[in-house]
Amino acid sequence: MQKVNRLQPFFENLVFERDDDRMIINFGPQHPSSHGQLRLILELDGELVTKATPDVGYLHRGMEKMAENMIYNEFLPTTDRMDYIAATSNNYGFAHAVETLLDLEIPRRAQTIRMMLLELNRIISHLFWLATHALDVGAMTIFLYAFREREYAMDLMEDYCGARLTHSSVRIGGVPLDLPENWITKLSKFIDKLPSDIADYEGLLDQNRIWKMRLEGVGVITPEMAQSWGCSGPSLRGSGIEWDIRKEEPYELYDEVDFDVPVSTTFDSYGRYKLHMEEMRQSIRIIRQVIAMYYKTEPAIMAHSPEYISAPKEDIMTQNYSLMQHFVLVTQGMRPPVGEVYVPTESPKGELGFYINSQGGAYPYRLKLRAPSFWHTSLLQELLPGQYLADVVTIIGNLNIVFGEIDR
Amino acid sequence: MAQHKINYLSEAGLPVALTTVDKLVQWGRSNSLWPMTYGLACCAIEMMATGASRYDFDRFGTIFRASPRQSDVLIIAGTLTKKHSPFMRRLYDQMTEPKWVISMGSCANTGGMFNTYATVQGADRIIPVDIYLPGCAPRPETLQYALMLLQKKIRKESASRKLKPKRLV
Repeated sequence: MQKVNRLQPFFENLVFERDDDRMIINFGPQHPSSHGQLRLILELDGELVTKATPDVGYLHRGMEKMAENMIYNEFLPTTDRMDYIAATSNNYGFAHAVETLLDLEIPRRAQTIRMMLLELNRIISHLFWLATHALDVGAMTIFLYAFREREYAMDLMEDYCGARLTHSSVRIGGVPLDLPENWITKLSKFIDKLPSDIADYEGLLDQNRIWKMRLEGVGVITPEMAQSWGCSGPSLRGSGIEWDIRKEEPYELYDEVDFDVPVSTTFDSYGRYKLHMEEMRQSIRIIRQVIAMYYKTEPAIMAHSPEYISAPKEDIMTQNYSLMQHFVLVTQGMRPPVGEVYVPTESPKGELGFYINSQGGAYPYRLKLRAPSFWHTSLLQELLPGQYLADVVTIIGNLNIVFGEIDR
Repeated sequence: MAQHKINYLSEAGLPVALTTVDKLVQWGRSNSLWPMTYGLACCAIEMMATGASRYDFDRFGTIFRASPRQSDVLIIAGTLTKKHSPFMRRLYDQMTEPKWVISMGSCANTGGMFNTYATVQGADRIIPVDIYLPGCAPRPETLQYALMLLQKKIRKESASRKLKPKRLV
């Protein structure tokens, strides 16, 4: 006989049966709108939330510990599964951190390809954000439209690296492949069409009464709040603070391209929606400039550094020394110098930073990920009290949190 | 008086179909499989893509439901961690019979690349699984194929699970 399946309460001091008017409800971890596995313990006064306690860890897979038992190149595919909506931005964040540790110089062509992929991933992520956010709020049409455009962008990623979701499209020291034939043509076609699609979404949503009622004045993050809770990315810019790591600490060729950092002055969910739309337009603008830069580059796509990076395939097949190097690098892994490094990048969700502590071995001694979503989740405990229960879903969707990178 | 032009008995146009209750019931069940919106990790994004415009799950009669009480299929889309596993067991128990389980992706099949202290090494340690589909993450076509395989499997089953199939020998 099977026993009744009772869950052990996680918070020991939490009493669900109460004598006052407050009610405690459990939100998640499998709520369709919890964007993964967020569990919230909400204390309600009628329909108003008076206290919210986010409970994370339902997708904790021990990635940081895994990194300590893997050589650097081996860990790269694992970073795909962190922020799985824009996998390349994680690959790049990790590769960039290791490159900073090794002090490598990346060929210009690889940099342009990386920037195209990064901005394409930003578009994919923002389209996905719009689709799921609109679905949570009740606009099914936008979900279908935004997923349609996203599929075209995923096709481009698939043409480049062969995978739809988990790309691994960046290597430490460069990129694995040059762009395939006609890829630029397809990319240009996609970014030429996208502005009219964004205009379509805005046409459907901007003046939509329901959309405005659900978003305007909901989830107001004041600049002080954003700063004290460690917000970054669209959540910080949505609070009127102009901060973009692509501008502040430029990596790759972001100091050579011309783009604006949009900010919102209303601080609410609607302002952040407009911000995401504008960021997609800026990404298109960046891609246009990078395409022009791509044609002026030399064909090298991997950094030249025999101590850390394998030689090109032709050299490995023809030259004995390159083959030996390749064999050692594949079997034993590269051994970066002793030191530690923290490198932030601007992922679609905010500041994504990798901290690597190297003791000179083939494995990192410690790897720590600074995931933007984690900080945005902790913000919920101050943001949710005072809001209505129905708006909780709007706010969670609007903050664009992904549980792969929160729980690691 | 109008005459019947079709000779029903000779031209295979008999307006009668002979079948069994089992087959009829299972045909109905297999064509209206409602999965639960149960996203765990990366595979959930591909599951959503399968439900969205290009791959269009609705044409299989598959409409995502948000409640375990209304759903027939549990698609385990993603990594199952030890912290989450009691919830999955509870959701499976809450689903009404008949119910089926699709294990989507390497993590749900075997733990996949996450052989760590936090991950359940295969969702079939917690609940019974009907279809395993490989890949990390499986493409939407793979999920569609898995659903078609599940439909085939259902059509072979008996409508009532309590009655043992009769054997001649």
